[in-house]
Amino acid sequence: MRLPILTGAAVLGLAAFASGPAIAADALTVVSWGGAFTKSQLEAYHKPYTAKYGTKIQSEDYNGGLAEVRAQVETGKITWDVVDVEVSEGVRGCDEGLFEPIDTSSLLPAPDGTPAVDDFIPGSVIECAVATIVWSTVFAYDADVMTGAKPTTLKDFFDVKKFPGKRGLRKTPVVNMEWALIADGVARDDVYDVLSTKAGQDRAFKKLDSIKDHVLWWEAGAQPPQMLADGEVLMTSAYNGRIFNAQATENKNFNIVWDNQLFAFDYYAIVKGTKRKDEALRYLQFATATEQLAAQASWISYGPTRKSSAGMVGKHAISGVDMKPHMPTDPKNFKTALLNNSDFWADNQDELNERFNAWLAK
Amino acid sequence: MALPPYVGPAGRAWHYSFLIFCGLVFLFLIAPILVIIPLSFNAEPYFTFTEGMLAFESDAYSTRWYADIVNNPQWVFSAGNSVIVAVFATLIATVLGTVAALGLSQAHLPYKPAVMGLLISPMIVPLIISAAGMFFFYSKIGLAQTMPGLILAHAVLGTPFVVITVTATLVGFDHSLTRASENLGAGPTRTFFKIQMPLILPGVVSGGLFAFITSFDEVVVVFFLAGFEQRTIPRQMWAGIREQISPTILAVATILVCISIALLTTVELLRRRSERLRGMSPG
Amino acid sequence: MTVDAGTAPSGPILAADGTPLKVSLRKAQRVRKLRAFALVLPLLAFVLITFILPIVDMLFRSVDNPVVARNLPITLNVLKEWDGTGTPDETAYAAIAKELVEARENKEMGKVATRLNFETSGMRSLIGKSVRKIRRLKEGPYKEALIKIDKRWANTEIWSTIKRIGAPYTHVQYLAALDMKTQPDGSVGMQPEDRQIYGQIFMRTLWISLLVTGFCLLLAYPVSYLLATLPLRYSNLLMVMVLLPFWTSLLVRTTSWIVLLQRNGVVNDLLVWVGIVGEDGRIQMIYNQTGTLVAMTQILLPFMILPLYSVMKTISPSYMRAARSLGAKPATAFVRVYMPQTAAGVGAGCLLVFILSIGYYITPALVGGQSGTMISNFIAYHMKSSLNWSLAAALGTILLAAVLVLYWLYNKIVGIDNMKLG
Repeated sequence: MRLPILTGAAVLGLAAFASGPAIAADALTVVSWGGAFTKSQLEAYHKPYTAKYGTKIQSEDYNGGLAEVRAQVETGKITWDVVDVEVSEGVRGCDEGLFEPIDTSSLLPAPDGTPAVDDFIPGSVIECAVATIVWSTVFAYDADVMTGAKPTTLKDFFDVKKFPGKRGLRKTPVVNMEWALIADGVARDDVYDVLSTKAGQDRAFKKLDSIKDHVLWWEAGAQPPQMLADGEVLMTSAYNGRIFNAQATENKNFNIVWDNQLFAFDYYAIVKGTKRKDEALRYLQFATATEQLAAQASWISYGPTRKSSAGMVGKHAISGVDMKPHMPTDPKNFKTALLNNSDFWADNQDELNERFNAWLAK
Repeated sequence: MALPPYVGPAGRAWHYSFLIFCGLVFLFLIAPILVIIPLSFNAEPYFTFTEGMLAFESDAYSTRWYADIVNNPQWVFSAGNSVIVAVFATLIATVLGTVAALGLSQAHLPYKPAVMGLLISPMIVPLIISAAGMFFFYSKIGLAQTMPGLILAHAVLGTPFVVITVTATLVGFDHSLTRASENLGAGPTRTFFKIQMPLILPGVVSGGLFAFITSFDEVVVVFFLAGFEQRTIPRQMWAGIREQISPTILAVATILVCISIALLTTVELLRRRSERLRGMSPG
Repeated sequence: MTVDAGTAPSGPILAADGTPLKVSLRKAQRVRKLRAFALVLPLLAFVLITFILPIVDMLFRSVDNPVVARNLPITLNVLKEWDGTGTPDETAYAAIAKELVEARENKEMGKVATRLNFETSGMRSLIGKSVRKIRRLKEGPYKEALIKIDKRWANTEIWSTIKRIGAPYTHVQYLAALDMKTQPDGSVGMQPEDRQIYGQIFMRTLWISLLVTGFCLLLAYPVSYLLATLPLRYSNLLMVMVLLPFWTSLLVRTTSWIVLLQRNGVVNDLLVWVGIVGEDGRIQMIYNQTGTLVAMTQILLPFMILPLYSVMKTISPSYMRAARSLGAKPATAFVRVYMPQTAAGVGAGCLLVFILSIGYYITPALVGGQSGTMISNFIAYHMKSSLNWSLAAALGTILLAAVLVLYWLYNKIVGIDNMKLG
């Protein structure tokens, strides 16, 4: 089938005319989640990288998932070079041969000479991906709207009698299942054990049932602050950095409730088969260096994944706010934190997605 | 529609409530399009009318979102892509569609209903299915994530509109005109350009405009078939609504509405001209 | 082609060149047929290659199932002998151990695991975990070793899943699309209650499309009547109000509805200002089924008005006048005389709106929330997020079949030739 179409296209003179003005053919394409988060990468990684090596960085947004990467690898038309992924995608993409394995010894050592393997927080370097940030799912409300009693615990989020109004939640079982169990009284340390059983899953869905009619589901990280600002929801789950961004740069009186925050890493992975593999690796090494990770933390309130960067976290680049109290890893915020269990989700996500969708459709 | 004098009070009430109902339906049709125009001049980065706007304070209004479009290379780039894709898709669709319509309008065409059904199907098949199918197939032959691939996809989606509008102008076309031309010694090409073309031209142009707007508005196929480098305005708008919400898209929307008005006016003028040419009453 | 009848009074009538007229006419007819066909051919070929072939390819993908068959050929061959009870013997375990390690080296293991996990969850972790450990095994017996690694390897269900999904062509996706699955004993039955979803989504899609069609008809009928009976200079002006939305980008109109209907949107603000609802009583009109219904009705309304208008335009007012003068009340005259004449327009408009709404994707995705999403959204979900492309293809095929039936019906009743735009 290849021949007739290609000749057809050639006859129509398309190929010659319509290849379009490529933004920059030799640019490195880095794909991330958009909004304030991409902006932080732009300032902390892309700009200094271009300044140092001259290579332009093409920044592109997506909404997570492996669809595009898989399509590109399977068809051999690879346009993405580096992708920012969540842990389950990092593991799955590696298994499916969508990402290049990364040699940990090639990562830059800390300024004091500590090798990278020892400098990174455990869990932040996996076979095909290197984490750049610690981020967290929290819930937040607009203090200008919520003038009476304020929610302080996760239980309050699930209490529609005490706090009547719409809630925003991400349209995925991840985090929601854990939160439902904790709000239902399961101890934080037992959450994933309980969730591994059918009875535990039933229990989580039953708890979610109790607020289902009050939930608006969001999919993109930029949505929760927008929903709060528009008054569409009373409180919403959100990535902590997005809420910080609205507080710091848009003067929104949003409050974060850190109780039972679910934290996780976000990773950079290199798409298998990219023509710019060496460039991509050099970029990845650059971006995961101590200084760059610390620099990113001055643009958005996500913690760096290197121990050596932690001490260098300073003030917000735009508003001058001290960043430390806004980090998920700040001791005050971290008391009841729970680490997202990537092994559990790699195993169970397909099944729970199916059930979650069926539950949503009911 | 003046009421005849003999209509009683009940009829009168009925008549006015009918008119009010119709007025509300027109409002329903048109209000959503008009409401975004003032909002695109909102000085605040959100989607709602501020108190200042309602009080007509001049500093509540701003053109910052329009400046945003011009200054944002992504919007400019997407606009360029949109125009390139739409223009080439329109050219292909118009040429192929017009030629096919000439064939379809002849009574002798064998299997006419089946052929017509096939040619119109790109308009009928849900876009998500077309997009999924194209995604698989175009990927296989190396056309996914390329401009030619996107152009071909949009061209095929636009062809039904050209076929329908051109066939419509050929309805009632007096075929003795072409026979006369041929009898007088003109070849088929000359006959086409001298006799048929002037008559069907308005149909061809409005069909082409339909194809253009189809491509220019299309987002589902772009969603599946285009990479970042082929991103078009609707795709960028989708990203705006879903990924990084900004009132810039209201400004873009306002510009798109203006383009729609321009295209609509052109098509309406052409339609009237065509009907005049064919001796039909306008309307 | 003049016929000189005088020279051949008897026998077949001859054309000027001496051939019988019948033959000559038939030949001319054939030439015309060919010419007409030659004109249509380029577009036909274009549509076939760029549009029909991709769709056929998608249909094929819904039954095509190559991943497991390609990577576990020996295992599947051994499993042919297995009767489906208990566990297979050592050869099967040895084969799968070898082939999984090979698959891992070829970076295919993830695909195999993903494919099997769609069918029986837990397979992904089972395979991932097992492969990591079998690599260290030098020799058999593999059966014992695998079961020691994970006792699930002793489950009949694991092996029957592998055997079933090993078929290169399969109808499992259609079962899944209809909320059914193959039970461990091999029979086909419904999914457990908490997994059933698509039946309901298909029903909801039909229901929303039906409602949208109904609303469109309800709103379009009076308006079309007004347009058809008004003097031209007014109706042309009003027609612009129908055509402008028709020409305006779908995304623009959907965005407008978000602006209008959201909690602090224009409509709610207006309602609060007028005093119909209190500040706390703002109505949830978007991100649910209401949002989908309102936006889709507005977007599809022109597709109802245009065919209705073009039919009503042809109805002569004299019929109504005749009915009135024969003593019918206005309402009776309208219902008994006018309305039946609009049946063709109603049929055309309803079918067109229904066909278009059944496949809607963009609008439900943006304003539908969870209760307003339709089957297209789930096709997109499986294309983009879950990556279960064969299931997406199966759902798409079912939707396509429904649309084609309606399209056939439309062609039968209305005739595609009569489709009009603008």
